[in-house]
Amino acid sequence: MELNGAEIVVRCLQEEGVDYVFGYPGGAVLHLYDELFKQSKVKHILVRHEQGAVHAADGYSRSTEKIGVALVTSGPGVTNAITGIATAYMDSIPMVIITGQVPTHAIGQDAFQECDTVGITRPCVKHNFLIKDVKDIAATMKKAFYIAGTGRPGPVVVDIPKDITHPSAKAEFDYPKSVSMRSYNPVVKGHAGQIKKALQLLLRAKRPMIYTGGGVVLGNAAPELAQLVRHLGFPCTNTLMGLGGYPASDKQFVGMLGMHGTYEANMAMQHCDVLLAIGARFDDRVIGNPKHFFEEPRTIIHIDVDPSSISKRVKVDVPIVGDVKPVLQELTKQLQASKEKPDAAALKAWWKQVDLWRARDCLKYAQTTKIIKPQYVIEKLHELTKGDAFVTSDVGQHQMWAAQFYKFDKPRRWINSGGLGTMGFGLPAAMGVRLANPKSTVACITGEGSIQMCIQELSTCKQYHLPIKIINLNNRYLGMVRQWQQVDYSSRYSESYMDALPDFVKLAEAYGHVGMLIDKPTDVEPALKEALKLKDRLVFMDFITDQTENVWPMVKAGKGLSEMLLGSEDL
Amino acid sequence: MRHIISVLLENEPGALSRVVGLFSARGYNIETLTVAPTEDLTLSRMTIVTAGSDEVIEQINKQLNKLIEVVKVIDLSDGDHIERELMLVKVRAVGKDREEMKRMADIYRGRIIDATEKDYTIELTGTGSKLDAFLSAIDRSAILETVRTGASGIGRGDRILRIQ
Repeated sequence: MELNGAEIVVRCLQEEGVDYVFGYPGGAVLHLYDELFKQSKVKHILVRHEQGAVHAADGYSRSTEKIGVALVTSGPGVTNAITGIATAYMDSIPMVIITGQVPTHAIGQDAFQECDTVGITRPCVKHNFLIKDVKDIAATMKKAFYIAGTGRPGPVVVDIPKDITHPSAKAEFDYPKSVSMRSYNPVVKGHAGQIKKALQLLLRAKRPMIYTGGGVVLGNAAPELAQLVRHLGFPCTNTLMGLGGYPASDKQFVGMLGMHGTYEANMAMQHCDVLLAIGARFDDRVIGNPKHFFEEPRTIIHIDVDPSSISKRVKVDVPIVGDVKPVLQELTKQLQASKEKPDAAALKAWWKQVDLWRARDCLKYAQTTKIIKPQYVIEKLHELTKGDAFVTSDVGQHQMWAAQFYKFDKPRRWINSGGLGTMGFGLPAAMGVRLANPKSTVACITGEGSIQMCIQELSTCKQYHLPIKIINLNNRYLGMVRQWQQVDYSSRYSESYMDALPDFVKLAEAYGHVGMLIDKPTDVEPALKEALKLKDRLVFMDFITDQTENVWPMVKAGKGLSEMLLGSEDL
Repeated sequence: MRHIISVLLENEPGALSRVVGLFSARGYNIETLTVAPTEDLTLSRMTIVTAGSDEVIEQINKQLNKLIEVVKVIDLSDGDHIERELMLVKVRAVGKDREEMKRMADIYRGRIIDATEKDYTIELTGTGSKLDAFLSAIDRSAILETVRTGASGIGRGDRILRIQ
């Protein structure tokens, strides 16, 4: 059947089973918007800024197993989307971003709203395409979805000039059933020999440790991980991106590791003799200074779908390239078949040591009756939502407290910008999460700095009735900046105080939502209860919290994992 | 250490910029880079001369392989290989220098491919170090212009880079 370019693009989205597209119209995508108007299968969510569109598609994808889709116009539409694309790229989120482009004959002429989209997005996408012929649309869209979702996932940009979607540009439509590319064949199954070698090391370990990252969540391998960890009886830690990959309430879980990780997780990471790393990449916020990390000898096994993540920052002894899920299945299978069992006596001694570290209770804080401690708000949220809410966050102290105090038991519940660290991510991401999970509680834990970076999306939430619960931990400071200034710059608080803040209650009300101001510790629980009861309303809770509270423990940038500051007394 | 890496990639617009962008974004060094289509017009072959520690070279290989349009990568310096670079040099050739320049070109197996009454253009092929040696052997002030292609490389004997 012969269709025009715009019809083909929309048909491709339908064929891919896309239910939501997050976008913002403009000149170069008008033909596409006209086509969206004529159908009802693909629903469009109109955001208030293109950054919001990409974050929303991102949140949608992170909370499901699906590919997020965004649609923006050329020029400023694309440049506004860049932060969102780079955010998804750093966290390996599968997305397809369709961008309008000026007509092919105008490309390179410095036309109105023209920018070199392929050039500008190249460093922050898994791949990108510029379609130059209506005949290429279907095959390119198929490839875009395939590339985004396979191997190490990531965002793919498809740039489509306006004349290609023009009603007069027609081609035969036949959506390809499969894709085969000679230059792109991601490895799925791990090498059985390597897995065997890994198992032998694990069984002979005296002080073993399992460290897992976002790869377990993205690879939908949480059940396989739980089975393996329980079978082995080893301690397990998650990175910031990996939270929920292993149940936080399980006794083998030693908490998050890294810059603001728990004492026990960081000490166990530093002092283990065999380390099994799964879908994690040893980044600077996780192991701190690699030189210090290597002062303790240990054998490292690393499972990752992306070979370039292996031996990038630390040298790995047993690399296993493959999708985490089938590799863990094979590892567990070999473990069950093996006659050898983990060294029980050694493991008992190791756990004794880990429990001693744990006994330091590094996350403790002193709740007062006068001022709200931010940690307390999150503990209460966890309690009242029974640990089963979807929680998005922005970036800063509130993000770390959310990661430390909301104990995630399930994967894809914790949605945050871990790699790029994008302030402004939380609210639009929560929109995507809620659309994908219309029956679930979705909370956005944020701060008065971050929330103002994408606050315009309160309007989108009104339009589409998205009853997100916004937890604004308002300490009148860019808290993490202030904390670093206190620790490293002799408390010279350069530009980190947030002055002239809006009245968030009135602001929420102006957008048609419910606003609450909470400034007493005794009001925290009642306010959260009330907000959760308002099932069909967005509630903006402005919690006035302790201005001087810091996130502990802390491994300062450039320091080693075991060189933790455990509180103000260590400064 | 110096490495010479051969890359087969899809002959598509933008593929070159992905490779170059990768090197600059990750702080890898490019000494020379050459690229042209192969006998199969859907494929281009690129030769990159780079330098770095073993860890950096391992990452370069992995990162190149990660690019969607890259079909195959080999590090020619891992085994026996041949490399050649082409250079064109325009030199002043007047008076007694004219004869001397001709002699030097002959010694280095260069060819004079253009001549006017004042200058010669000499074509020279060889390894990069041979070309360097020629440039330092002739009178520096006589050099008017040089242009070099950068190295191209190929494995010896059975070391063949192609799609199966």
